[in-house]
Amino acid sequence: MSFALTPAHAQRLEHLRSRYETPRSLILPLLWMAQTQEGYLSPEALAFVAHETQLCVADVTSVASFYTMFALSPQGHHTIEVCGTLSCHLNGASQLIEALQKTLGITLGQTTADGAFTLKKVECMGACHEAPVVVIDGVYHARQNVQSLTTLLEETRS
Amino acid sequence: MSHDLVVSARFGIANSHTLIVAQAHGAYTQLSTLLAQPPQSLVQTVIDSGLRGKGGGGAPTGAKWQLLEGQAKPRYLVVNADESEPGTFKDRHIIEHDPHLLIEGILLSCHALEAKAAYIYMRGEYRFWHDRLQSALDEAYGAGILGAHSCDITLHRGAGAYICGEKSALLESLEGYRGQPRLKPHRPEPEWLWGRATIVNNVETIASIPYILYKGAQAYRAMGTKESAGTLLFGLSGHVNRPGVYELPFGMPLLEVIETYGGGIRDGRALKAVIPGGASTPVLTAEQAKNATLSYEGMKLAGSALGTGGMIIMDESTSMVDALDNLLAFYRHESCGQCTPCREGTHWASSIVHDIARRQPRSDALPTLKNIARTINGQTICVFGPAVADVINGFLRNFPQEFA
Repeated sequence: MSFALTPAHAQRLEHLRSRYETPRSLILPLLWMAQTQEGYLSPEALAFVAHETQLCVADVTSVASFYTMFALSPQGHHTIEVCGTLSCHLNGASQLIEALQKTLGITLGQTTADGAFTLKKVECMGACHEAPVVVIDGVYHARQNVQSLTTLLEETRS
Repeated sequence: MSHDLVVSARFGIANSHTLIVAQAHGAYTQLSTLLAQPPQSLVQTVIDSGLRGKGGGGAPTGAKWQLLEGQAKPRYLVVNADESEPGTFKDRHIIEHDPHLLIEGILLSCHALEAKAAYIYMRGEYRFWHDRLQSALDEAYGAGILGAHSCDITLHRGAGAYICGEKSALLESLEGYRGQPRLKPHRPEPEWLWGRATIVNNVETIASIPYILYKGAQAYRAMGTKESAGTLLFGLSGHVNRPGVYELPFGMPLLEVIETYGGGIRDGRALKAVIPGGASTPVLTAEQAKNATLSYEGMKLAGSALGTGGMIIMDESTSMVDALDNLLAFYRHESCGQCTPCREGTHWASSIVHDIARRQPRSDALPTLKNIARTINGQTICVFGPAVADVINGFLRNFPQEFA
């Protein structure tokens, strides 16, 4: 299997080339494009990024592995991230995590057997005034409680 | 208290994020006039305004800008939108409600700095805000505000690393490396992006520039205190009734802000502790908070630091061991791993406090914790390490009975 950018991403890449002094600076934009397309960074995608940035695959993998938002293995169809840092913690984040683990039958970092959900605890999302915050597939959901989260989960599943 | 709103004046207006509404409410009106002025006069106004960096450090912006004097071109401006300090959620409000204020601030700053281009480095989690700012940039390019005659502005998306808020780590990341901080020079000098002289400023700092250049240095100085001029988007979160951001002049009493703007402590409980300026500033007891004022000098006097102005409020029901356990888990997760004292120290400290929290402490827990804090402090490349030491020491010093 090989990896190729979508036409829109390829166009975006050409536009960005003139914006940076070195091709290496395109690593993060390219990794984002690849992950958006495939849901994670496949070995083929990493090889593609290495080729485009004129680096070796090990170098690109080293960079990708530094950042927590890049996944180097396939993830669930939906990703649920519960912020666990202080302001969310003070407002009940632990209860949310407990309830989610129970409902989904998995622990933090795991994916449900049907591949539907990956559950993660994340550090401060910059939404402390909306604590506790839960992010589903990149969308912030403010002031969650066990009940509202159950509804949200059902909506996401359907 | 009546005062001008420097960065939040258009927050309440419907669709203030669109170009047409922002322009109808004053955006870009004096841009061409100001761009015709000599760069040095703009720098001088910023120096005179007393503006200090609003990302947490509080360094004078004008003095930082002067570091570019005599530096070769091209030069760059990098805007730090990596907002990740726990308790801090202010820059996203500027981007959400008034992205054109930020764009105008960048255009004016690039002119003052004679910078060829600007990069906005935004944390990866802020996808909504990334899209909103990109739309605003596209609108500005479409309208000819940005383009052939201006500096280019490129939005660059991070991917989940707290440390990339540290400016040299941010630049490493922007250059395509792992986001690990760089060694610091002995004398003041600019930052370097691809080896070119570069200035890194926080979103709110740059968003303050249009007000200062439109209204003049004196108008800005008229607000706040002598040492802390102007206003800041203060944040309230934790156990308050009305969490949120509030733009206030520096110097207001901390408790008054919690009462008046935060609506007091939830459920009518008593205040126990405040972390005044993001997780990395030392925690204050209710007693210390009593006379504290929200300025750089006021917070120093109270025994902490103003930081980002993002206050985390804790009521009497809070376990301080649990709070420190939570914060150390954060630092343990976010240490970039480059320096041994920080990489290992955050893990040890976190495990020890976690054991205290589950009531199974090792017998020498406290001296060991203090020892770890001492070992990290001053032995690392960036200020992440010293901040962790400050956090540990603040909790142990101010709430010793809970750790006994």
